[in-house]
Amino acid sequence: MRAYIPSYQIICPQSLGEALDLLAQHDGAWKAFAGGTDLMVLLEAGKLSHQNYVDIWNLKELRGTTVGDSRVTLGALTTYTEVRSHPVMRAEFPMLCQAAKETGGIAIQNRGTLGGNIVNASPAADSPPALLVYDAQLELISKSGKRIIPYAKFHRGYKQIDLRADELLMAIHLPRHSAQRIHYYRKVGTRRAQAISKVCFAGLAELDGDTITEVRIALGSVAPIPIRCEKTEAVLRNRPLANDTIKSAASTLTAEIAPIDDIRSTRDYRLRVSLNLLQDFWSRCLER
Amino acid sequence: MPRKSKIDCIVNNQPRTVEAYPMERLLDVLREQLNLTGTKEGCGEGECGACSVLLNGQLVNSCLVPAAQIAGCSIKTIEGVAVSEDQLHAIQQAFIECGGAQCGICTPGMVIAAVSLLERNPHPDEAAVREGLAGNLCRCTGYTKIFDSVVRACEI
Repeated sequence: MRAYIPSYQIICPQSLGEALDLLAQHDGAWKAFAGGTDLMVLLEAGKLSHQNYVDIWNLKELRGTTVGDSRVTLGALTTYTEVRSHPVMRAEFPMLCQAAKETGGIAIQNRGTLGGNIVNASPAADSPPALLVYDAQLELISKSGKRIIPYAKFHRGYKQIDLRADELLMAIHLPRHSAQRIHYYRKVGTRRAQAISKVCFAGLAELDGDTITEVRIALGSVAPIPIRCEKTEAVLRNRPLANDTIKSAASTLTAEIAPIDDIRSTRDYRLRVSLNLLQDFWSRCLER
Repeated sequence: MPRKSKIDCIVNNQPRTVEAYPMERLLDVLREQLNLTGTKEGCGEGECGACSVLLNGQLVNSCLVPAAQIAGCSIKTIEGVAVSEDQLHAIQQAFIECGGAQCGICTPGMVIAAVSLLERNPHPDEAAVREGLAGNLCRCTGYTKIFDSVVRACEI
């Protein structure tokens, strides 16, 4: 059943400073509201328990893409549409563009933000696996200052994140690379468009001849948080592109993820698909 | 408890003032206050696209936009798509010619999404049409006649 609409407050601050003041008042009384593509769904289902929101949609400080020499910085309010249409993002971070392109339809991509996808902390979100393999860093801001943390340390447990009640996610930093890399991203849902992932896989590899010199793998929807699979990576790193390498990686991945049965899929299906995607990533490395 | 406040916006090129709670959905403001019932509610959770409108020129699901975020914005609904009283938009004309509408519930959202697509890409190929309409579900047509309509509209 729908929520009782008059009980919800949204305040539209005129500046970032004003928004941070509100967030700093009364511990946790106010929460940020951006494009609304997750929160409004909860509202409709009668499951939006928090009632007081600070509208951050118009805060210019949280918008825009800056391309620096060593990193690209995306404001937290960068929409999926903006992510997927930026030429540098398409050239250097294609997996993030693909995640953006496969999240909802155009209407969702126009409103959904990268920052919202991160802070909403769904283990089934599509951008986190790509952000994890690209070694994203998060810039958080509050009245008391800024801090920068690795995205890999942001998720602490199911829907538990390293973000204080007085903080806003301000920007996402992505380190740039000149090396030739293999980018493999695949989302598996019920249908190609407009579906929520059953499994989502991001793999990044660098090869030197027949040796995998660097590899990073992250998955969504197979654990309480989006996970970087470092044990599986360790099995592949500095190893030859040979059959026993991938066999050994598959058994490590099986132990490293923890898929469950839920409304969207089953543990067994998710495990099978995860292993198939690892194999597909491997095939891409062999083809390079 | 929050109270209703007056919100100024532009709807189909007309300045309008609505009175709404901050979390009231744009969809309900359009249908219930402005009597613009062409915009339909399907799923109410951003999955089906029946409530699609253009907000500052961008395609959005009006069920996911709270009234607090429409202040000063320009909104176009299906009622504002036709060129004039006597002339339909090419997309509307093509939907009639190609049988792109059946029961009609998805049609306003489909038309708005197609109008938005042609504004960004005046000559989309089939893949672009499918992608542009991927957020709009139809349970009648099987989509083929809708895609045909968009291709036809490019020729009108």
